Amino acid sequence: MKAHLTRRYWFSASHRLHSDEMSAEENRATYGKCNNPYGHGHNYALEVTVSGPVDASTGMVCNLADLDGFVAREILSRYEHVNLNTLPEFTRRVPTTENLCTRIFEIVRRGFTQAHLEKVRIEETMMNSFEYAGGAEVRH
Amino acid sequence: MVYLTRKCEFSAAHYYHNPEFSPEENQRIFGKCNNPNGHGHNYTLEVTVKGAVNPRSGFVVDLKDLKDTLESEVLSALDHRFLNKEVPEFRDRIPTTENLAIVIWERLQPKMKVAQLHRVRVYETPDLFVDCYGEK
Repeated sequence: MKAHLTRRYWFSASHRLHSDEMSAEENRATYGKCNNPYGHGHNYALEVTVSGPVDASTGMVCNLADLDGFVAREILSRYEHVNLNTLPEFTRRVPTTENLCTRIFEIVRRGFTQAHLEKVRIEETMMNSFEYAGGAEVRH
Repeated sequence: MVYLTRKCEFSAAHYYHNPEFSPEENQRIFGKCNNPNGHGHNYTLEVTVKGAVNPRSGFVVDLKDLKDTLESEVLSALDHRFLNKEVPEFRDRIPTTENLAIVIWERLQPKMKVAQLHRVRVYETPDLFVDCYGEK
């Protein structure tokens, strides 16, 4: 039978929401406090969900140590304690959690091949969260 | 269609070991979880059922019936047990969180009369959980 495994990780980063395509007024109107030029930060909770048939010899969808290793190497080391605006992927894209969510989905989808990537979910704060399933409907 | 989720907790011991693997393979694949004396978790189980709301009762399912089913089919078998030694399904299956979710699905699904089982979610810790939707 198939199972969906979700692992939760944490990282802390700063960002500033600002678009070069908007005037100063429009940036302030669109992003409000998030447009503060000095930036601000969040403790992000990241959930990665993978799915697949359970291997009869291990009882696993994929080895958790492999998933943890991949996420530590490719995601957490990249985003932990950095200013997101300084990263190449956010020089021309605003580092909203929407954009962070789709970016992380692409990194995991391309690099982690041991199981099917179902969804990436990010809690920016306890009050708001974002989910991306590669364009598919998110399953609950 | 309305979805209803009931949450409950159980605590159990387990270890991961495949007798067809060598000791070295078991250690490499399962790591600390291979300790034969076992270790334990406080599991949280969420069971989601779905169905039409009965116009007389206003229920998808009588919650008391669902609680009784969870108690008799799942909690009495798993709570404060050593899963490898005391739960028949785990004599030849490794009691991973994946297999726990599947075993709970298999135990509950035939007992669902009024509502339809939608999802079984098992949290091994707050940072690791598995969902089973009964897909082959």
